[in-house]
Amino acid sequence: MNHPLSELLKSALGDAISQVTLFRDEVTLHTSRERILDVLTHLRDVQQFDMLTDETCVDYYPREPRFGILYQLYSIPRNLRVRVKVMLSEYDASLPSAVPVYRNANWLEREIYDLFGIHFEGHPDLRRILLPPDYPGHPLRKEVPVTVEENAFSFNRARIDAAKPYATE
Amino acid sequence: MTIVESPIRVEDAPQNAVRVEDVQLDITLEQLKKLVSPRALTGETMLLNMGPQHPSTHGVLRLLLELDGETIVSCIPDIGYLHTGIEKTAEGKTYLKVIPLTDRTDYLAPMSNNLAFCGAVEKLVGIDVPIRAQYLRVILMELTRMNSHLVWLGTHALDIGAMSVFLYCMREREMILDIYEAVSGARMMSSYIRPGGLWRDVPAHFPQLVQRVLDVFPGRILEYEKLLKENPLWKERTVGIGKISAQDAIAWGMTGPCLRGSGVNYDVRKAQPYSSYDHFEFSVPLGSHGDVYDRYKCRMEEFNQSLKIIKQAMDRLPPGPVMTDDRKVAPPPKHEIAYSMESLIHHFKLWTEGFRAPEGEVYFAVESGKGEYGVLLSGDGSPKPRRVHFRAPSFHNLQPLGEISKGALLADIVAIIGSIDIVLGDVDR
Repeated sequence: MNHPLSELLKSALGDAISQVTLFRDEVTLHTSRERILDVLTHLRDVQQFDMLTDETCVDYYPREPRFGILYQLYSIPRNLRVRVKVMLSEYDASLPSAVPVYRNANWLEREIYDLFGIHFEGHPDLRRILLPPDYPGHPLRKEVPVTVEENAFSFNRARIDAAKPYATE
Repeated sequence: MTIVESPIRVEDAPQNAVRVEDVQLDITLEQLKKLVSPRALTGETMLLNMGPQHPSTHGVLRLLLELDGETIVSCIPDIGYLHTGIEKTAEGKTYLKVIPLTDRTDYLAPMSNNLAFCGAVEKLVGIDVPIRAQYLRVILMELTRMNSHLVWLGTHALDIGAMSVFLYCMREREMILDIYEAVSGARMMSSYIRPGGLWRDVPAHFPQLVQRVLDVFPGRILEYEKLLKENPLWKERTVGIGKISAQDAIAWGMTGPCLRGSGVNYDVRKAQPYSSYDHFEFSVPLGSHGDVYDRYKCRMEEFNQSLKIIKQAMDRLPPGPVMTDDRKVAPPPKHEIAYSMESLIHHFKLWTEGFRAPEGEVYFAVESGKGEYGVLLSGDGSPKPRRVHFRAPSFHNLQPLGEISKGALLADIVAIIGSIDIVLGDVDR
């Protein structure tokens, strides 16, 4: 833990940060969803991290808590990057929206909601962004297999029957 | 459908307009009411659907416009028509096999995407790249930037009405595509940059091909500028249109020429140099007004800076290998496979099973033609990534479109979309 930024942020943010990790010279601050808006506001206003470069989700299945929300921040005046990470349980996958702090979180959070099914409280316009609205499920979750292709043609009678729309009266 | 006797008359016009109740936008009525102004509900303003099959939306972007006469009251972009699930597909492939997918995100700048992904893999695994490969990457990155800017300039000018520029730009783009073909065998989907270096060394006639670009281009740039820079029609359509302030551009996460057009000096090549960009001298052109014209001027000046970098890199191009000698990721040379059974097995294992990356997350960004193209890569110790996320510059640059175009004229939205330079493959991934 010898990165200068990690010590500085740890002391400035105090108990909001549960852990600071350093991997390949990248600082990651671990926080909880209760404190995430405090941490982001502090980083933006006091530490000059003025740009939300990216926000995304990683599914750590089968670990629990399962989802990690990653905020990738960049400071133009200080030329530094930092990552903030919040872990979420599968059974309560919701956290406050970052839109009040960083405007461009709007579409990024819609994308996470679309692909992972994570709910952002207080988001102004939370609906699917990439997929059609009637799409079943959230495909970037690990329980959705990567390669499943519907057979275009089959001699398997059971499969044909299962897929065939028969008229019912 | 009712036939209107005189459709141009004001009292008949609302029959042709789309009512709020009739809009099909993957959206419920309640959600839509929050996005449009209250005037749309009374029918005072008109809702107009633009795209997804509209030539000046540069692909399949759909806009729902709320218009008061010709003035835009609100603009709601609807994306996702080109979503191909690249990020999910990548989770099922080994690191090497993800590279062809990255070509297809921003398909006008394939090498930038290759480099962003390979840079992330190199960072995650901890691979050093030989200096010759780094220099060649820089040359190819700058050619890619020019390729991307040429398509931008051509289509942007075409949208506004300057058709001949499009033809000239496509003519010059051929030279760059020829170089792609010479090095990688493919004109667009190159997949040339690999973790640890390059697929193979450049062919013997590569310097001549690059020299041709260096010789021909400066004159051609002057030609474009002669057509556009002081053209009163061009200035009428671009100066003062689509303004965004520096603070807003930062807050919206805009990068690349869109951010620099507003006067913010942020370029990943300068701020956090990768692939030995710090060995070269170049300047970062900045605008001041943040309008369509300043974004145009930034990109035009970037042509000259790219040529400057390519020239320096070609002059100082060192000899040596173009692939790391770390056999964990680099395949054995072909001649070794011919006589060594171990090398054959090694090659086979590398291509079937792949190499393993450690557990952890890295973020690696490059400056592509459109802005900061980042890759967030999460490894889980297996040969396949746990998660790949592409931080697509077009996605971030497109997001403030609603705000930029507020109060503009309907014809201006075409100029604004052109000036933020989106590629829908990049937006939707």
